Amino acid sequence: MFKQLALLLEITRSRSLVRRYFVVNGFDGALTMLGIIMGFYVSDRASLPIIINSCFGAAIALGMSGLTSAYISETAEQKKELRELEQAMLKKLGGSAYGQATRLLPFLIAAVNGLSPLVISLIIILPIWAATLPLELPFDALEFALMLALSILFLLGVFLGRTSGTNWLWAGLRTLFIATVTSGLIYLLAPS
Amino acid sequence: MASLKRIELDVLKPHYPNSLDFSSTIADKSPGARIELTVTEVDEKTETVVIVIAGENLKYEAIVEAISDMGGSIHSIDKVEVESESD
Repeated sequence: MFKQLALLLEITRSRSLVRRYFVVNGFDGALTMLGIIMGFYVSDRASLPIIINSCFGAAIALGMSGLTSAYISETAEQKKELRELEQAMLKKLGGSAYGQATRLLPFLIAAVNGLSPLVISLIIILPIWAATLPLELPFDALEFALMLALSILFLLGVFLGRTSGTNWLWAGLRTLFIATVTSGLIYLLAPS
Repeated sequence: MASLKRIELDVLKPHYPNSLDFSSTIADKSPGARIELTVTEVDEKTETVVIVIAGENLKYEAIVEAISDMGGSIHSIDKVEVESESD
């Protein structure tokens, strides 16, 4: 099954597309969570269930947005590619690996595009959720969640750096800088 | 019954899978076969290749299926070598 999936990604040149979707929407998810949590952090502290529900709502919306938008656009793109190839080959390719790719890849790409921000957001929310449990945590839940978001954004940069073959540390620091600027703007512009 | 020992096919294929993956997939479907693929023409979305497959008792249907699965189209059978099996 994985061999067939690898073939479908290879013939449609979709491997880099999947990677791009993962990073772009993962970045969206992490930065959105960072923004929401930072907003709560600089304002009068709301109760944890309110913060969790706000973050969770945004995470679900990001997931659904990623899932549906990628499915719709990729279905159209893959069909267009297949039609053009069929014209060049002068034959129907519905029964070939190309036809299979046109049917299956939109689901895979949509899943990556939707799950990437959702899963990353849920990881960031995790410490806030843990703080609602009857446990004595040795850290402030919001601060820990903010650090987690910054770490994930740094790691996404590292991943991009390794993919592009450039300096991974520099790539990680660049995304960390973007996240820090975002946090700084929220801190400075938040109405007191 | 005659067995197929060698066949030369003129095939139109998309650029992907590339020649290496294309011939490897045909080889996977024809155990023990030796495949030689030569690209003779390259267009914007397709390329014409000549594939020579040699081996013992080749299965033509399996070769056709592998080529079709990868989006290829056999234009002609240019050369064959068959051998009758002794009883």
